[in-house]
Amino acid sequence: MALLQISEPGAAPDPHQRRVAVGIDLGTTHSLVAAVRHGVAECLPDTDGAVILPSVVRYLDGGRRQIGAAARAAQAEDAENTIASVKRFMGRTLADIPGHGKLPYRFIDRPGMVALATREGEKSPVEVSAEILAVLRQRAEDTFDDEIFGAVITVPAYFDDAQRQATKDAAQLAGLNVLRLINEPTAAAVAYGLENGSEGLYAVYDLGGGTFDISLLRLTRGVFEVVATGGDAALGGDDFDDALAQWALAQAGLQASSPRDRRAVLVAARAAKEALSSAAQAALSCTVDGRALELGVSREQFDALARPLVERTLASARKVLRDARVTRDEVQGVVLVGGSTRMPCVRAAVAAQFGREPLTDVNPDEVVAIGAALQAHALAGHARDGGLLLLDVIPLSLGLETMGGLVERVIERNTTIPVAKAQDFTTFQDGQTAMAIHVVQGERDLVADCRSLARFELRGIPPMVAGAARIRVSFQVDTDGLLSVSARELGSGVEASVAVKPSYGLGDDEIARMLREGYAHAEDDMHSRKLREARVEAERMVLATRSALAADGDLLDGEERARVDALLAVAADVALAADAQAIDDAVHALAEGTEAFAAARMNRGIRAALAGRKVDEI
Amino acid sequence: MKLDDDDFTLFGLPRRHALDRGDLDARWRALQAEVHPDRFAAQGAAAQRLAMQWAVRVNEAYQRLKDPLRRGAYLCELAGAEVDAERNTAMPPEFLLEQMAWREALDEADDDAAAVEALDAEVAGRERVLLQRLAREIDETGDARAAAATVRALMFVARFREDIGRRLEALDA
Repeated sequence: MALLQISEPGAAPDPHQRRVAVGIDLGTTHSLVAAVRHGVAECLPDTDGAVILPSVVRYLDGGRRQIGAAARAAQAEDAENTIASVKRFMGRTLADIPGHGKLPYRFIDRPGMVALATREGEKSPVEVSAEILAVLRQRAEDTFDDEIFGAVITVPAYFDDAQRQATKDAAQLAGLNVLRLINEPTAAAVAYGLENGSEGLYAVYDLGGGTFDISLLRLTRGVFEVVATGGDAALGGDDFDDALAQWALAQAGLQASSPRDRRAVLVAARAAKEALSSAAQAALSCTVDGRALELGVSREQFDALARPLVERTLASARKVLRDARVTRDEVQGVVLVGGSTRMPCVRAAVAAQFGREPLTDVNPDEVVAIGAALQAHALAGHARDGGLLLLDVIPLSLGLETMGGLVERVIERNTTIPVAKAQDFTTFQDGQTAMAIHVVQGERDLVADCRSLARFELRGIPPMVAGAARIRVSFQVDTDGLLSVSARELGSGVEASVAVKPSYGLGDDEIARMLREGYAHAEDDMHSRKLREARVEAERMVLATRSALAADGDLLDGEERARVDALLAVAADVALAADAQAIDDAVHALAEGTEAFAAARMNRGIRAALAGRKVDEI
Repeated sequence: MKLDDDDFTLFGLPRRHALDRGDLDARWRALQAEVHPDRFAAQGAAAQRLAMQWAVRVNEAYQRLKDPLRRGAYLCELAGAEVDAERNTAMPPEFLLEQMAWREALDEADDDAAAVEALDAEVAGRERVLLQRLAREIDETGDARAAAATVRALMFVARFREDIGRRLEALDA
């Protein structure tokens, strides 16, 4: 752990100078961390020089664990305690996981999110993911010999609210300050677009280990606008392994009944699949049920097995083009992302679908982490003026249950975030004083076919005849793509709200418990951590306010200016003390005291933007 | 500039239906570049909250302005002619006959994707004609009541095209 930095009073180093922000690609099969160093975004290697960390966690006796290559090597021998592809379980219940019976784990069917039984006890997918993130955080801290200010973490564009929230929880558990969740294809487009100076409409086809995404983005002078996105959160390289494994077992007339056998045949299938990316023929060999399984497999045979899976990705691609109301000829390039796009059958199918050869000049394994690092760099305040702006969309429609189990959509898929929308509802019965609000996500018309996100009740509605009450339900989706919902009876003003979280995933208290139990960062001291965070925040605020005053100080009259200066002095002063609460209070006071100033600045910015447009036209 | 300014004022555009989509998109990006919360990442929670409100407002206006139908409905309301589609369902008989013919054609097309697509092309053509009429009623004759009636007709057409889209999606799956 890096030591706390102590500065001379009045000589605090510019926080910009030492603010390390990283991008993390938390992948199904492997994960990477990248950062901007000396002006260039690059993936950070471990001490052996490897940038890729296999996303595998093995639980050993006595609280010990292996993470990465060592864990992956032990997959077959210790299948039950070695968790691979945990991303597929994030924010999912057991029923959500297709083919879970074939996986070598002991699942526990917990409400909201499945758990896994290991020799170290029950583990939530969030905890397993946190282990992976903690290794990457440590790697970055060792590289820079410094604390990590924050991280941008990528998620598949098609991840729903539950999966996003679970990812954010895992990062929190790993002691990371999440600057932003961004979508993997968007990150890829950032890395690709900034490198090549591209403009226009691009498709990003991202087939990873466990998820598939297809996004259309419009690139215009540093603005990356997602036009439409689609995909399948449960389709990836693992499914190709599985198809080949099932075929091999059928050919040999064998059954893999133990977790160890199932893992062995999957590992062998994966090796054969990878060999077939460069060879026309490969061997598949392993031991099942004490008997040797030895088979040759040709690329043609494999392609035939893969075809139904590839076809599913192409159907998603066509749907995205329809959603965006563009033809394939308007797409200027197709960027391939994810290790699974190395399969020749995938490349050929994408080329045929879009009528052009896909772009492969970026490393498909690293491009997502690099894009995330560029965005992290910008969010940490390092971006050159007008640097980089991501305008992302929600991947799935959000709605409410209405009478008869039908869905009333409130926000349509592919709407740019952040977004807020309200819809009015009324009561069904005379004298009804409560209303159940059920929030769902998905494209289908029946609630039963969509994903349930949250339920809550609005109580205390004054008794009225049916249809007289007006209940306004407001949805807000923030820049991470996370939803909060509130409901309010307009006549009486009674109100209820929910940050969409409780019906799945972990509550805040559960996270707090795990932090206390010291998973992921046992040696970290909560108190010094809190103080450190408060100081960073105070330095950030003070610096931002000073530069705001320098730029737009003329918006304040003398009295207002004096007030802001006083608050500023207090915050700068208190930040040097060791009282986290006092620092928080001062920062809070400064934030409140400058709210009107911030509003005035924003107004000026908007006027300038519009004036700029008018000048352009002349 | 205030959060409750109308969409046209916010985007610095005249209150007209005719609009250059490229210019609108450029204005949207310029506004987001000013107000997006990411631009205030280092400035604390209060500035973030404010930025969020503005970004949401700019996106709301953009969604409305970029869709010719929603833009038309909005202009009708600004001109004092409520569209009020829920209570105002009376449509000219020839329009209803055309609707019925389309519905029958969709039923008959069944799982013939080419036939469904041909129908979609026909309906899209009708939609274009109605949109041109809407633009004339708002920008030239200034007849907001007639424009509101055209908006209602367009809402029927849009709903039908959604059904066609769902059919095509089902055929593709």
